[in-house]
Amino acid sequence: MNDKPVIHLGGTILVPDPSGALWWPETATLIVADLHLEKGASFARAGSLLPPYDTRTTLNRLADRIADLVPTRIVALGDSFHRADSADFLDEADAELLASLTAKAEWFWLAGNHDPQPPASRLGGAVVTGDWRLGPLMLRHEAVMGCADDAEISGHYHPKARLRLHGRSASYRCFVADARRLVLPAFGAYAGGLEVSDLALRTLFGQGFTAYLVGRRKVTAVPHHLLLPELLPA
Amino acid sequence: MLDAAESGKSALLIAPTGGGKTLAGFLPSLIELAADSAPRLHTLYVSPLKALATDIERNLKTPVAEMDLPIRIESRTGDTATAKRQAQKTDPPHILLTTPESLALLLSYEEAPKIFGGLSRIIVDELHALAGTKRGDLLALGIARLRRIAPRATRMGLSATVAWPDDLARFLGAPQEVTRIQGAPAPDPEIDILQTREYLPWAGHMGMHALPEIYETIKAHKTTLVFVNTRAQAELAFQGLWHLNEDSLPIALHHGSLALEQRQRVEAAMAADSLRAVVATSSLDLGIDWAAVDLVVQLGAPKGVARLMQRIGRANHRFDTPSKALLVPTNRFEVLECRAARNAVAAHDLDGERPRPGGLDVLAQHIMGMACSEPLEAQALYDEVRQAQPYANLARQDFDDLLGFVENGGYALKSYERWHKLFRDSLGRYQVTTQDAVRRYRMNIGTIVEAVTLKVRLAGGPVLGEVEEYFAQMLRPGDTFLFAGELLRFMEIRQMTVMAMRAKGGGEPMIPAYEGGRLPLSTYLADGVRGLLADPAHWVTLPDDVREWLEHQRDSSVLPKPDGLLVETFPRGGKWFLTAYCFEGRNAHQTLGMLLTKRMERFGHRPLGFVASDYLLAVWSVNEPEDIPTLFDQDMLGDDLEAWMAESSMLRRTFRNVAIIAGLIERTQPGLRKTGKQVTFNADLIYDVLRRHQPDHILLRATRADAAGGLTDVKRLADMLTRVSGHIEHRRLDRISPLAIPALLEIGREIVHGNEDDLLIDAEELIREAGFS
Repeated sequence: MNDKPVIHLGGTILVPDPSGALWWPETATLIVADLHLEKGASFARAGSLLPPYDTRTTLNRLADRIADLVPTRIVALGDSFHRADSADFLDEADAELLASLTAKAEWFWLAGNHDPQPPASRLGGAVVTGDWRLGPLMLRHEAVMGCADDAEISGHYHPKARLRLHGRSASYRCFVADARRLVLPAFGAYAGGLEVSDLALRTLFGQGFTAYLVGRRKVTAVPHHLLLPELLPA
Repeated sequence: MLDAAESGKSALLIAPTGGGKTLAGFLPSLIELAADSAPRLHTLYVSPLKALATDIERNLKTPVAEMDLPIRIESRTGDTATAKRQAQKTDPPHILLTTPESLALLLSYEEAPKIFGGLSRIIVDELHALAGTKRGDLLALGIARLRRIAPRATRMGLSATVAWPDDLARFLGAPQEVTRIQGAPAPDPEIDILQTREYLPWAGHMGMHALPEIYETIKAHKTTLVFVNTRAQAELAFQGLWHLNEDSLPIALHHGSLALEQRQRVEAAMAADSLRAVVATSSLDLGIDWAAVDLVVQLGAPKGVARLMQRIGRANHRFDTPSKALLVPTNRFEVLECRAARNAVAAHDLDGERPRPGGLDVLAQHIMGMACSEPLEAQALYDEVRQAQPYANLARQDFDDLLGFVENGGYALKSYERWHKLFRDSLGRYQVTTQDAVRRYRMNIGTIVEAVTLKVRLAGGPVLGEVEEYFAQMLRPGDTFLFAGELLRFMEIRQMTVMAMRAKGGGEPMIPAYEGGRLPLSTYLADGVRGLLADPAHWVTLPDDVREWLEHQRDSSVLPKPDGLLVETFPRGGKWFLTAYCFEGRNAHQTLGMLLTKRMERFGHRPLGFVASDYLLAVWSVNEPEDIPTLFDQDMLGDDLEAWMAESSMLRRTFRNVAIIAGLIERTQPGLRKTGKQVTFNADLIYDVLRRHQPDHILLRATRADAAGGLTDVKRLADMLTRVSGHIEHRRLDRISPLAIPALLEIGREIVHGNEDDLLIDAEELIREAGFS
């Protein structure tokens, strides 16, 4: 099944997409986490003149997936903007592109710690400030430890994992899931990552998770015990 | 030299290591200052090593104090105390000893014209070690600025013997400005090649079989420097020698990953004459002279003649007696390489790459520094920069783009221009926008970008040194590893520090390896090895096992000829093997391996993997490779190379370094030390985004120039493919050939792969095999 892995959660079947988005075919819902739009500009403001094209890269990638999958509903799981006022500084072309995307489907902005008040009024879409139950799934920005929900979907952590094989190694963004919860990778072009071996993620998942490593054109499910520190003995 | 000084000309003094040339370089200054000691900075001394600057300071102060001369001598490095730095700004000493980085910092001060205005002489020590490197670029730019501030100051370069003295002289000034002074040649060194009692290994580079003899040699000499080629080898050799050390001889270890205090302790012990041997990497190639060293052992082939001479020169620092060296080959091919090196030394031949054009990233850093010091005018700075030899041919467009990059990033996105580091004043000059930008520039001066490392700390004890991050990630609690000459047990990683405890024997410890640890074989030595192989008349003096090996090759296949390329194909274990005896060095072979397997894939040979050594490339495949000349056609370097380059981790690594040096990514920020981890990750993301949206951005151009020019491997490869075109000798054999055996025993095999998705595919296969899916 690894050719195109799926994730079973709360009785639903979810598809981790190589773009880093999550696709729920049954309801034609596309879920993305941590777009961090205008992260580059926010660095520039602080004096590091990083290339400013991250917003456009992120939006183009999203536009591609929307064109392919034709979702009727799109959910952004928070931290869509890197700063609370980032939307005010969007390049005109980027703002237009984003507005055209929010018009393509029912669009929901969940609030995140970076963007407690997403700017829905100007860019389209509806704002959800707290947790949001969607059928059997509980959507929120940041996973809640020990919560009673049996099917939680969240972002926030930007998980990534390192694969080592035959003396080669590469780091991948990844979805992390066990039977009860799923954490999405960051969708944003400049969003960094947190190793799945990090204490925060270990605490959340204990030992029994699967990582869905996001490559360029494919996603591969790897059981956690094969990830670290070495997939094969040398 | 005094003549040159009197005539007011600049000079390049070329003399063998240890000719006492450094102190000679100060003679004119001491004479002038004895006559007129009015307070001003008279002589600036720049060396590649902090330790050298402080050591020269000590060595100069003694005679000056004894003669009671009113001359003030101070050093200025990253270690200089803040109070002293401040004092040097307003009241500089007569003689200031410093490094290229500290000079760049001084030149970025508003006070720079005052500090350097009265300068008479600039002395550059170990110029051969700086020219052609990015640190050399930084220094050249600094000197160009000094020439504007102090037009009267002459330049004096001190260098070991090199293959390209003209380029070094140009570093100091135009040909008519620079007098060349050739020091007396040292007597030819005595070089022996060790023939061990034990059988010479087929492959491997560690040379552990030779340690008993090396130990005996150490016992028979006063002080021995044992040079090795990698830090991993240093750890192993040190451990091995210690194991044999029944006489408890004081033997020490020195390499670049050890903690500074650790290294300083060893250097002090050497200076005090209290050690019998030091096992060292290139960390001791340059540095303070130790009179007591009477033997240099080179464990492992020297890889380059100039480098070998530099190392041999560390023994016996006297003019009249020859230095003594012992070369220790670690495998059969290295026997030939050691011979070729010894022949080259006897023939007074030198190798080494000519300095390449200056890095654009270094220039970006310099532009920012100059803007920090005073408002800058584009035309004036462009003219000044071209005075620096590495930038003599700098295109105006490149300069303007770099200036644009420093100003506001140089991006083609208008809304972004509101963020900028420089602004244009009413006179059209560029000025720095905020003091914060100035501070950040000064915190990030320098061109040495190291791999991300973690400190290694002994639990409840001192920091022993640093290992690269990827090695630390491989450790499991309980694993043992060799580091700083000790067997350690890994406990955990805590706050970017590897915590470890001492361990006792048992099991195979791991050994940290380091990025770029291996030096590629020089073209010159490669030719030497090829020549020896092809000429059986030379074989009589070879050790028996090596001679038999070559004879066997001659009988069962053929020997590689000095020109042309021998390619063998043979079946083995259900696969087909292809061996190509290119002799172009491991890095070039690595690149060839990637390109060749891409082609073989297209031709339907189904390649599975390859391994590269300094001498040859071996590839294995499912199907038999046929039509070898077409396979090795020069068009390999066309589309395949472009495609491979753009995706290659080498280019990503290069971009990361360029981005850091140019100031796009800051290693240090006020009040926040970024973990190296973040830097790595960000650089990759930035590279991808920039490449997609502005592929001609100046930093991407700088990256490509670095990758093409700095890494000479692709050029070596191109030269080889052109040379052998039409001269490829293909032998189809029934079984493996003798020359191919070492390659197939090499570690570090590469599985054929293109991008990260292929690694995922491999993983899936394994997971399926293991029954997880």
